[in-house]
Amino acid sequence: MTTKTLSADAIVSASRLEILRAALVVFTLGAGLVYLAGFSYASVAHNAAHDSRHSLGFPCH
Amino acid sequence: MIRAIRSASLAIDAAVIQRLLAVGLLAGLLAGLAVAALQNVTTTPLILAAEVYETAAEQAHAGVEAHQHEHAAEPVWEPAPGLQRTAATSVATSVTSVGYAFVLLALMLLSGETIEPKRAALWGACAFASTGLATSLGLAPELPGSAAGDLAARQFWWIGTAAATGAGLFAVLRVERPLVKALGVALIIAPHLIGAPQPPAPESTAPAELAARFAAASLAIHAITWILVGAAVGFVWRRLPTKTSTEAAA
Repeated sequence: MTTKTLSADAIVSASRLEILRAALVVFTLGAGLVYLAGFSYASVAHNAAHDSRHSLGFPCH
Repeated sequence: MIRAIRSASLAIDAAVIQRLLAVGLLAGLLAGLAVAALQNVTTTPLILAAEVYETAAEQAHAGVEAHQHEHAAEPVWEPAPGLQRTAATSVATSVTSVGYAFVLLALMLLSGETIEPKRAALWGACAFASTGLATSLGLAPELPGSAAGDLAARQFWWIGTAAATGAGLFAVLRVERPLVKALGVALIIAPHLIGAPQPPAPESTAPAELAARFAAASLAIHAITWILVGAAVGFVWRRLPTKTSTEAAA
């Protein structure tokens, strides 16, 4: 009975931890995409995203 | 037994990430394409009009010399006017929206929030207050041809202000302890006491009337972007079928 409860708890806490870990991965990816579109100094990224950067209020030029 | 749990949790890990990516991608694209369509009839015409003034001012100032210099520099790709430029803008806006969707989803999960359309749209509104309203107080949305301070310094202030305002709003709205709330208020105010990098003189080649219209249109587009991203994240999260029981834990 005790073993059962423990292992059930372990699964629940593991999946919560897994979600937090996955959330961190997705956060990093999202920040990377925003950086690429809104902040990157690469000329090609700047030129392609120029109007979008101005429109969405990112510092430009 | 432990090994079984571990391999199960690894399988869950992949499923969770897959689901988060699918939700963010779908929601971000939905919002991004709608915003791109709006930009096409709101901010982009103003940018194009401002560029006419900018180019005229550049030619009047530098004349033939600058023209030659421009051609001497290594040519860098830029979208051709018309369809290609519209497509490039739409792609960039969609990439931004997908990025915002990932960030919003991650932050909601990290704070243990229930993800549904109304609540996620409210998170989007707070995100707009952070990246849109707070940053505009120091760095108003700019048309091409307006004077501005150092780019890296402005980007640094923008990111710092957005992060501080977001954290401050979270502390004020979601934490009960008065001391934390006070700290949140301080975080919201601090970037404006520090101040955004400003140009030596507030100049612009575009007429003030055009710049004012652009600032208002840009803020509206910014607000719509975040609220649509939020609502779409909530909607897709609810609608997308789940293979695991992770939703209950979130």
